Amino acid sequence: MSFNILLFNVTLLLYLIATILFLVEVSARHLKTSGVARWMLWGGFVFHCAALFFRYIEVGHTPVASLYESLSFFAWALVAIFILFDLRYRLAVLGAFVCPLAVILMLVGSAVIIGGVEPQQANPMLQSKWFPVHVTFAFLGHAVFGVAFAAGIMYLLQERMLKSKRFSALYYKLPSLDVLDSINYKCLTFGFPLMTLGIISGAVWANSAWGGYWRWDPKETWALITWFWYAALLHGRLSIGWRGRRAAIFAIIGFAALVFSFLGVNLLLDGAHTFKSLRGE
Amino acid sequence: MNILVVGLSHKTAPVAVRERVAFAPTAMERPLHELLALPAISEAIIVSTCNRVELYATSREPEAALSQLRRFLTAYHGLEAGSLDENLYEYQGEEAIRHVFRVASSLDSMVIGEPQILGQIKTSYGYAAEFKTAGLILNRFLHKAFSVAKRVRTETAIAGNAVSVAFAAVELARKIFGTLEGKTVLLIGAGEMCELAARHFINNGVSQVHVTNRTFERAVKLAEEFKGRAIAFDDFPDHLHQIDIVLTSTGAPTFILGPKKVEEVIKQRKNKPMFFIDIAVPRDIDPRVNDVDNVYLYDVDDLQGVVAANLKERHKEAKKAEGIIEEEITAFDRWLATLDVVPTIVALRSRFEEIRRAEVDKTFGAALKNIGDKERRSVEALTAAIINKLLHAPITFLKQEQNDDSTDSSVHAVRTLFNLEPPKPEGKLEDLDDSAENR
Repeated sequence: MSFNILLFNVTLLLYLIATILFLVEVSARHLKTSGVARWMLWGGFVFHCAALFFRYIEVGHTPVASLYESLSFFAWALVAIFILFDLRYRLAVLGAFVCPLAVILMLVGSAVIIGGVEPQQANPMLQSKWFPVHVTFAFLGHAVFGVAFAAGIMYLLQERMLKSKRFSALYYKLPSLDVLDSINYKCLTFGFPLMTLGIISGAVWANSAWGGYWRWDPKETWALITWFWYAALLHGRLSIGWRGRRAAIFAIIGFAALVFSFLGVNLLLDGAHTFKSLRGE
Repeated sequence: MNILVVGLSHKTAPVAVRERVAFAPTAMERPLHELLALPAISEAIIVSTCNRVELYATSREPEAALSQLRRFLTAYHGLEAGSLDENLYEYQGEEAIRHVFRVASSLDSMVIGEPQILGQIKTSYGYAAEFKTAGLILNRFLHKAFSVAKRVRTETAIAGNAVSVAFAAVELARKIFGTLEGKTVLLIGAGEMCELAARHFINNGVSQVHVTNRTFERAVKLAEEFKGRAIAFDDFPDHLHQIDIVLTSTGAPTFILGPKKVEEVIKQRKNKPMFFIDIAVPRDIDPRVNDVDNVYLYDVDDLQGVVAANLKERHKEAKKAEGIIEEEITAFDRWLATLDVVPTIVALRSRFEEIRRAEVDKTFGAALKNIGDKERRSVEALTAAIINKLLHAPITFLKQEQNDDSTDSSVHAVRTLFNLEPPKPEGKLEDLDDSAENR
């Protein structure tokens, strides 16, 4: 096992412990385990950074080219963004919704390497300076919308309980609807510019690599659809006063579309963004 | 020494009885001193709140003391002897300890988990300390009761979540709006519960109150009281868009607000959420209003449902608290046992013997290495005689004191003097202050 994979596994283990501890705090009425959970998550994040660094040294390009690498980078971005939000909002329950996402991404990544993936052949496209710019913006955007997705689910759960007047143990742990809605809005104001920059830098990269900004391959098409979706939500929030339930549902569907354009397009459809073609096979 | 409790509470006596035996907080010195003057009583504390009147005492003759305490309670208040018998309960030993721990932890309160009782007991203890009617045992006992109460409060959720309709409404509003600061309340109609809820909202940060009533003068009066603004009843729908929280309790026979109007208002508010609290019976607001997006409507039954759920939760927590109390009773019992004379004498003897043994063995190992068995026996006898002589006076003293009120402090002193598993030092009263109580 190469060193970066070992670091990856340690990261996964720490994220897993953090997730379990966050879930314990949320489901048990009086246990406070989120303090330790945060330490585990921060520790895992340090290992994750190291794993990415050593992967970079090993493969010789920004390690976001294979499916495994992308999943790992997505999880890294998600944890980074969660940590930022957690510093501001201090919500254990948000951790209980976001961290499982990171763990699932990491687990899928792990399954991919166990399935056997060799390091890539050198590919001149991956040496472009636009490549890291593109993936960083794109995945940070994804991660911010991942947080919005989690907040959206939390909003719907809480709203359901308040309307039906039946409260589960989770009710007492959830923040107010107002806080959840403001997370939705914050995510939108940060996520949308990141996503826009991701698409623009991707187009510039495509132009330098293939000599054309836009080729309408399935991934580009899906990214554009998702971008319009979030644009609609942003517009609705700012000018029509969309908020609450509608905004939450929009964020949930938007993230589902994002995940589809990230994974589904690669697995189901064919195009320049599939990892196969990136590897130059 | 035995700990005793005699008293009555909301569970055993109606208010008509409780008010007759209450002690005025301004005049505690006389009853406390009279209590201490009773022949069988060694230490005493009086706890008197609107829900309970209890005497805590220590005594060597528990049976005699209990009847003296009962008589005191009637005689002091000029009641016929025996007239309180069916209201009074009495406990001694472990049961008394359990009772006081439960009272201090608010497990015996009318509303389980209410925070006042601990403060009231602290005050009562304060009087006993001031007039020096609490001694070694009650001092430690009450401090222990305070720390048990604090433990119960921090380790269980016994005081969590609202158990009144008005406060439940405030908690729900917080779940919707986060902070209540800057929010506006509209009171429609007047009613005690409505006003109480409004007051709760103001105490929790609501900045503006609007009042409307079919009789405009009443609206004006109430608005003055809340430093708010009166609105003519027929106009109130036009003001709804500025309102976040609506409290209604009119005597109207039909709904005064339906989903259509509320939908319009929400649109006007750009979907900012609204919380309707309908305390009127018959209801003022069409229940279909709850189906409007971003609107939450609670009627009296809904709020009472929330309160009932919270109370149930408190009762669940109370079970956990009983476990904590049992643990603490065991610990306190162990300390109490160290105050007994006989085990103290045994401990004292073995402490001395331990020292003698060690010193003799040391000498036999070195300076007197080569002496014969006969001499050895002499040395043993000599040293044993010395400690027996030394111990004679203190042991006789302890035995004589056995039936005296000062025994506990003597035993305590002997244990401390000779370092016989000393009880832990007592905490300061201020250290036990409970921030939750000042909520």
